Amino acid sequence: MRILLVDDEREYVSTLAERLSLRGIEADWVSDPAEAVLRAGEQVYDLAVLDVKMPRIDGIALKRLLEAKQPRLKFLFITGHGEEGAFKAGVSEAGPDHYLFKPVMLDDFLRKIDEVMSEDREEGRDE
Amino acid sequence: MGLFANLKPKFWHHVDVSHRPHRHLFNFRRIWEMTIALTLAVALIPLIIMAVIDQQVSRNAIESDILQRTVQLVSVSKQSVSYFLAERRAALRLVVRGHDLEELLDDARLGRVLDNLKESFGGFVDLGVIDDRGIQKSYAGPYQLKGRDYRSADWFQEVSRSGMYISPVFEGFRGVPHMVIAIRHAVPAGGAYVLRATLDTAKFNNLLSVLDLEGRGDAFVIDRAGVLQTPSRYHGNVLDQVKIPVPPYTPQPTVEEVQTPENGPLVIGYAYVPDTPFILMIVKHKTVLMTEWVRGRLTLLSFLVISVAAIILVVLGGITYLVNQIYMADQRRLMVLHQAEYANKMASLGRLSAGVAHEINNPLAIINEKAGLIRDLFVFRPEYGEDPKLMSLIDAIIAQVERCAGITRRLLNFARSSESDIKEVDLKELILEVLGFVGKEAEYRCIDVQVEVSEDVPRFESGPGRLQEIFLNLITNAFAAVEDGGWIRIQASRKGGNRVEIRFSDNGHGIPQKDLERVFEPFFSTRHGKGGTGLGLSITYGLVQELGGKLTVASEVGKGTTFTVTLPLVPPKAANKSAFVDRMARPGMDANDTTGEYTHADTARG
Repeated sequence: MRILLVDDEREYVSTLAERLSLRGIEADWVSDPAEAVLRAGEQVYDLAVLDVKMPRIDGIALKRLLEAKQPRLKFLFITGHGEEGAFKAGVSEAGPDHYLFKPVMLDDFLRKIDEVMSEDREEGRDE
Repeated sequence: MGLFANLKPKFWHHVDVSHRPHRHLFNFRRIWEMTIALTLAVALIPLIIMAVIDQQVSRNAIESDILQRTVQLVSVSKQSVSYFLAERRAALRLVVRGHDLEELLDDARLGRVLDNLKESFGGFVDLGVIDDRGIQKSYAGPYQLKGRDYRSADWFQEVSRSGMYISPVFEGFRGVPHMVIAIRHAVPAGGAYVLRATLDTAKFNNLLSVLDLEGRGDAFVIDRAGVLQTPSRYHGNVLDQVKIPVPPYTPQPTVEEVQTPENGPLVIGYAYVPDTPFILMIVKHKTVLMTEWVRGRLTLLSFLVISVAAIILVVLGGITYLVNQIYMADQRRLMVLHQAEYANKMASLGRLSAGVAHEINNPLAIINEKAGLIRDLFVFRPEYGEDPKLMSLIDAIIAQVERCAGITRRLLNFARSSESDIKEVDLKELILEVLGFVGKEAEYRCIDVQVEVSEDVPRFESGPGRLQEIFLNLITNAFAAVEDGGWIRIQASRKGGNRVEIRFSDNGHGIPQKDLERVFEPFFSTRHGKGGTGLGLSITYGLVQELGGKLTVASEVGKGTTFTVTLPLVPPKAANKSAFVDRMARPGMDANDTTGEYTHADTARG
């Protein structure tokens, strides 16, 4: 499984990627959304974990760009923000179950990834 | 005093406890006092002035009426006295014209004339002829006066000079009052003689005694020396000196008021009877005459007193009512202002907490990941993981990060819930979340907080933000009431088919009965000066109503208090802000139920 982590907090996203790698998950990270789009053109990912609020482009818009590159990509949103607008937008875009609040305990994070990916498989079966 | 305590308007003991920007615009007692004083002055002063003027006018009218009537009476009486005397004088003239002197000098003849006079006029006592030297030449009557010399008598001088004389009344030989009328008659052949008649005064007296006089009135005749010529009812008998000063001469009948020491004010009407020594007098007691007027004045006075009392009552009642209305409107205005301020405060608090939570969450997430990575390294690389002390330190950091995350999450929830969406709520979760805010205080003060939510309470549609606020207010209240080591119990259960009842009980100091009926009133607080605004419970009350529920209180001093929130499982349709503000203004205004059993407004259901 290959995951793309996008968050403007470089320290956060790099550490998270390292921790996932330790658990055998291939996790690429970028702190610039533009770079994420480039990466998506080079590499196929199973899951993109996006911060909702980022400079220049927000997570929701980024999701659309990435979807255009990789239609089968699954998404998980992560936010530290309680702002009502961002929260609502995120929920309506990704569904309440594809949403995590910072700070996230790694166990919760892994469980959520499993959930999202298993949905993916179920949907795959349906097709 | 007890009655006044009951009647006392609400604003009477109003103390302005609000803070600077929302102070009362009015001093209600002052308004009340000023308005009452002005209204009473405007209403009463003209009334009283008019009453006084009316008194004066009617008094003057009555007085002038009395004077007028007296003058008329005097005038009429004077004429009848005058006529009486003129008649007798004319009779004598007729006698001298109708007889020769020789006939009159004949005593027998004279006697017949006297009889005729007695018969046709009455009152004639005797008749005599005196020659121009003053010697009585003939006489008819009861006495032997023939030959008497009157030459030097005053009356003879007078009649010789003016041709006619009427004497004042005097007592004759028999001690009977009588008067004399004498006329002088010139004989065509030269010389003159005087015909003199004596009259008893009975007829004369009758003239006046038949007058019907009001006001202890008296009619009599005096001579110019003030000696009574006729008997009077109240001023002495014939020939007595009257106590009243003799009035000065006037040609017309005159009336004047005289103050006398014995009889008080007298109205005296008088007229000088021409060609006689007589003054006709009519004397009335003014106080008696004015009795009718005094009685009228009494009626008017009692009417005035009743009117004044009625005006005072109406003014007092009306103005007290109006000022009370203004006061209550002002209270409502303040309530709305406070509500707006409160809502503002909550909104900015929400924004602030959201901002803080967000700002903290990001670094917190980084700490979390860094610490997690260290822990990962301990786990995945055994060379690092040999020291259990380091492991436990990292675990402690992660645990504290988790705790911080809990705090920021609550702050975010709080910010979100300050928007009043209706959504499904889990009552127990909501209560526990609110308790999260005060958990530390409970721990420090050893307060035992128990939450019992019975199984039959379903998840239901309501306003979680407002519920949070309601619960937080009631729990904070309970915390303020209990001593350290006390307990607070929160019980929720289903009530009937479509309601949920949540009871917040504590074993605090309780609320006295007299305060119990006012706890939901805005600005009512027993903690004034200690940070209480007195708004918490009234706002809570409003919020509960907004959700279509009701809030009641029961309390016993020393034992504790229970607030009960009853909520519908289906929220009212019109749970909007304007209805809220509308109802917020109300609770204190009709707080007259000592059990605090306020039913919610059904109109809220739309």
